[in-house]
Amino acid sequence: MLASIWFFLWGILWAVYFMLDGFDLGLGTLMPVLAKSDTERKLVYRTMGPFWDGNEVWLITAGGVTFAAFPTTYAALFSGLYSALMLVLFALILRGVSFAFRNEVDSPGWKCLWDTCLTLGSFLPALLLGVAFANIFRGLPLGPGGIYQGGLLTLINPYGLAGGVLFLLLFLVHGALWLAVKSAGVLHDRAAALAAKLWWPLLVWAALFLFATSQATRLFVNYAENPVLFLIPALAVAALVAVYVFIRKAAWWQAWFSSAVTIVAVTLFGVVGLYPNLLPSSIAADYSLTISNSASSPLTLKIMLGVALTFVPIVIAYQVWVHFLFKGKAREEDLAAEEVY
Amino acid sequence: MDVLMLSRLQFAAATFFHFIFVPLTLGLSILVAIMETKFVRTGDEEYRRMAKFWGKIFIINFAVGVVTGITLEFQFGTNWARYSRYVGDIFGSILAIEATLAFFLESTFLAVWIFGWNRLSPRLHAICIWLVAFASNLSALWILIANAWMQHPVGYVLRHGRAELDNFLAVVTQPFAFQIFFHTISGAYILAGFFVMGVSAYHLLRRQNTEFFTKSFRLALGFALIFSLAELVQGHYHAGEVAKIQPTKLAAMESFWETQAHAPQVLFAIPDEGNERNVLEIGRIPGLLSLLAYHTPAATVKGLKDFPKEDRPPVTLTFVAFRLMVGLGVLFVVLTVWGWFRRHKLESSPALLRVMLYAIPLPYIALQAGWIVTEVGRQPWIVYDLMKTSDAVSPVLAAYQVGLTFAAFIVVYGLLGLVAFYLIIKHARRGPEPAPATAKLEG
Repeated sequence: MLASIWFFLWGILWAVYFMLDGFDLGLGTLMPVLAKSDTERKLVYRTMGPFWDGNEVWLITAGGVTFAAFPTTYAALFSGLYSALMLVLFALILRGVSFAFRNEVDSPGWKCLWDTCLTLGSFLPALLLGVAFANIFRGLPLGPGGIYQGGLLTLINPYGLAGGVLFLLLFLVHGALWLAVKSAGVLHDRAAALAAKLWWPLLVWAALFLFATSQATRLFVNYAENPVLFLIPALAVAALVAVYVFIRKAAWWQAWFSSAVTIVAVTLFGVVGLYPNLLPSSIAADYSLTISNSASSPLTLKIMLGVALTFVPIVIAYQVWVHFLFKGKAREEDLAAEEVY
Repeated sequence: MDVLMLSRLQFAAATFFHFIFVPLTLGLSILVAIMETKFVRTGDEEYRRMAKFWGKIFIINFAVGVVTGITLEFQFGTNWARYSRYVGDIFGSILAIEATLAFFLESTFLAVWIFGWNRLSPRLHAICIWLVAFASNLSALWILIANAWMQHPVGYVLRHGRAELDNFLAVVTQPFAFQIFFHTISGAYILAGFFVMGVSAYHLLRRQNTEFFTKSFRLALGFALIFSLAELVQGHYHAGEVAKIQPTKLAAMESFWETQAHAPQVLFAIPDEGNERNVLEIGRIPGLLSLLAYHTPAATVKGLKDFPKEDRPPVTLTFVAFRLMVGLGVLFVVLTVWGWFRRHKLESSPALLRVMLYAIPLPYIALQAGWIVTEVGRQPWIVYDLMKTSDAVSPVLAAYQVGLTFAAFIVVYGLLGLVAFYLIIKHARRGPEPAPATAKLEG
């Protein structure tokens, strides 16, 4: 029971991480397309500035919870996907410092360097996290004791790549909508137009991915047993449609929110399909890491639950407060007045 | 080189690099918070400028600390999978608690502080930096509780082929954790104090913004003095605790080979690990080691020879690092006391100012040396007396994989370090923005 609760909390943590960091990863990737001048680029940074670091802590927490609640899964996953994870790490490092470094030296070359770090450092995690999760849905070549038996290129398979592209498209739309909410003028118009344009490929790709999931994974077994669960993918589809509707109405905040719901529902769709596996083995079901063979002791799970139920609501409360504090659009006047990174 | 050695080097490099930036974060956050509080209390605009100037350096430094911190959490899983599986029940949960309690607070409110100057009341804005200071130090507490557990595992049972949590309170309240915590944060406060004094000295020597930097210097001086003294006293008890719970580490710290009562303290020696002796010993004081470690000169101190060779840490590195740390620790007391007597005549104390400027790197060296004692001195164990480092490494890695990432770490971190220090130095040398009213006077 405890392990099941933690399984879903684990899934929710990843979902929240994707929902939050998704917009700044997407927007970082789109920056060269959306911002043409230095001022515009500064504005793009400014729309993410107060939030990106707080967003990224959800990744640290999701990783930490994997470690704490399912140590065997954490060990197998992080060592098995060694090279891919290291690439994500380096990307996140260079991207993270670009926020702090970019405006410190007033030279075009310097700025270009950190803008490139931001873009590449946003693009790679968006893509690779998608590849990783699709491979988890599909099953990793885990042998006895959860030891990864695949090679470096095992992750590069059509379904895995399809998952990477899906995440990327989800985050791009999410990021473009964020900028549409948070900016005015030309920047807003460009972001809004791009979000509308990207919505169609996202729709097509999501439909293809859903079909591929039915072929390449066993996620739908849980859904067939409990048809009520189909509400989750249905919610994802409904939210995705809502994104389009709100874009048409030029209701940007609502469109962004619908996109957030889409990302959460897509993640939970996968997580619910996995249950009770955290890492299904593609070699033999016996080797899969599940909530029963990879969870921590009941005592640890109990204490962690107490901590999570006490402190995560507090975290959510102050992060929501921050969004209210920095609501409204980023404007050029602010750049001059504020302490920009 | 094999996966084990490469993984150890990579972990050492990543941790070392991370810890270049962390101590300044821990200490400077408090100093900036004090400055801003003074601004709120007195309305003196200069304190606001101080908070902004030192705060800017804080932000650059913080960014590097944060991004390199993610690596550390991930590395337990990537390179130390066996360790993660074995101790995740305890160690992993402490890391997760740290993220939930401290990281969110720290990251979220630092952003509010950076962007919130015009959006929050001065009082609320000052509270934000206090929250950042509180959260970074809280995060240090949790990470050091986790580290203390590796030094001295408590509150666990061996079950299901791993260490499982048995008593949470025992893990989070063990006295050794608080020794390590106090020792580490004091070191960090000393470092931040010397950093601020050193940068201030640079400007005072050039007679720029003298009032601004005199205030900064004095604030940092008091801070560094208190914690240099505290560190010396606490360090003594800390070593006593090490003597009790990690006898091999103590023996290596002292390069002490033969078990004996009335054990002498040697000020310096050249360890000869191959022949299990010291080649050269300088300054031998009979009974002092027994006295220092066990508070009685008659106490028996166990020598390295009484431990199987395979259970001994590398002696020379531990021994030298320990001496470096203690020597510098004593020097910090001397320097801060000297500074204290000259605190009202800083501008006419060029010798002091020059020394303080060049002293900036010293606490950095002392802190890294301290961690070498802690971590190298714990070898060959990853968890003392419970799990060997060689049993902890991931089973699935190939040497070329780790070799490649290790090389990448060296290159990326090397460049990152250069850029970060370039920016910090650039900002430090430029000095504060001129105050609106006095801009013309001060040029």
